[in-house]
Amino acid sequence: MPLRRKLADILALLFAGAATLFGLVWLVWILWTTALQGGAALSPVLFTQMTPPPGESGGLLNAFYGSAVMVLLALAIGTPIGIAAGTYLAEHGRYSRLAAVVSFINDILLSAPSIVIGLFIYELVVRPSGHFSGLAGALALAMVLLPIVVRTTDEALRLVPNTMREAGFALGIPRWRVTARVLYKAALSGIVTGVLLGLARIAGETAPLLFTALNNQFWSADLSQPLANVPVVIFQYAMSPYDQWHELAWAGAFVLTAFVLCLNLGVRFLARGAK
Amino acid sequence: MIQFQERISGQVSTADAPAKIDIRGMGFFYGKSHALRDVTLSVPADAVTAIIGPSGCGKSTLLRAINRIYEIYPDQYATGEILLDGRNLLERRYSLSALRRRVGMVFQKPTPFSTTIRNNVAFALSYFERLSKSEMSDRIEEALRQAALWDEVKDKLGASALSLSGGQQQRLCIARTLAVRPEVILLDEPTSALDPISTARIEELISELRERFTIVIVTHNMQQAARVSQRTAFFHLGELIEVGDTSQIFTNPQVQRTQDYITGRYG
Repeated sequence: MPLRRKLADILALLFAGAATLFGLVWLVWILWTTALQGGAALSPVLFTQMTPPPGESGGLLNAFYGSAVMVLLALAIGTPIGIAAGTYLAEHGRYSRLAAVVSFINDILLSAPSIVIGLFIYELVVRPSGHFSGLAGALALAMVLLPIVVRTTDEALRLVPNTMREAGFALGIPRWRVTARVLYKAALSGIVTGVLLGLARIAGETAPLLFTALNNQFWSADLSQPLANVPVVIFQYAMSPYDQWHELAWAGAFVLTAFVLCLNLGVRFLARGAK
Repeated sequence: MIQFQERISGQVSTADAPAKIDIRGMGFFYGKSHALRDVTLSVPADAVTAIIGPSGCGKSTLLRAINRIYEIYPDQYATGEILLDGRNLLERRYSLSALRRRVGMVFQKPTPFSTTIRNNVAFALSYFERLSKSEMSDRIEEALRQAALWDEVKDKLGASALSLSGGQQQRLCIARTLAVRPEVILLDEPTSALDPISTARIEELISELRERFTIVIVTHNMQQAARVSQRTAFFHLGELIEVGDTSQIFTNPQVQRTQDYITGRYG
């Protein structure tokens, strides 16, 4: 190899390596700090007691509960609509102009700042009803989830070769049944991956909840009332001047990060299993 | 040529047999590209008709028009008439579901659904007919027997269809098609992805099936056309060049282009 090419090769490798390192350093730093601070604050009380008033010790039970309820409700709303819309884009409307427009709008929604979605639900639900509520929070999270599920369902179905469609149609089976019985099966791991990735995304969303579910110091299972949730608790407690609250914020951050990490690992595992 | 003559001797003429499918002045378009021009061809009942010709001559296109599978794609359309038992199946109001139930199709690559062997065969059957459990088992067995696959899979009907070999998968696809008791079977190069032994089995199967079904087979392999078919149609550049009894096409073609193709001068 001529010297110049060799030099260029080394230089390119050096830049690529440095860029990778630069990205990794922050990620490892964040994870390290979270593990260190959060791990130290971890205790069983976290899962048995409510968020405490300033100066007292307590846990995050109401926040975990609220987050779980809102995320599950968001999944229940967003997943079926998202899969149905993704199916329309990939199957029924594949060659139509309407589907192209819908797909474009979905891409915009996908990259919309989540605080905008929070404000949208605030105007739509919170203002007319007069107060913050868990339901509004779940709706906002569903709005964040929806475009992710639409996009991944669309893409997973498009990856199914046309030969499978032809094989189904050639038997005289109508499109809906071919989709339900053949294509979903072939695209299943892709669709589930999308839902799980969406779940990981909404689990940590704070901005949409600030304007919708807000927070609740006390135990509440009422979806029409403000609902405690992990991200907003972390946000408020981390900004506070109290040490106990700081500790709880770290612990919450640690649990949330671990949850999202596990989800991502699960997705990886699933994707590999599909191959 | 001598080889062909040996193989096809003893075959009867099919020219006078009643036509199951009558293609009249049919054309086909991919958008603006004119893939088939003015094809007029009659397909006799209960016989095998082979469609041969070089790549891109429109032979698969013709097959895909007979069950209107092309309709999944925009910009593809057929003109003219294809009569199935006297009724034009290209008419919009001809029910696709009814058409495809009567006219089954098997593709170049095996396309088993990723489910059990049993479910593959039951898939269309359970949609078209309400059957009791035992009737369903009988029909599945019947289809698998007709496709000469029963003995190999009878003990593992619950196994994944993807665990079968390529040749078995292709016979499963044939069984799946036979299960709804079609009248016509379209085979689009059904052995081109298979090894010689699997190919021989499928060819044997085709010969058995021809007594009960009208079969149209597209093939690149001229020996195959000579072995399995009674009638052969030669296509070139989107036009039907010559059609006749297989023995006549392979021994005494009337058109120079047919002669050139079967003697391997191009293709």
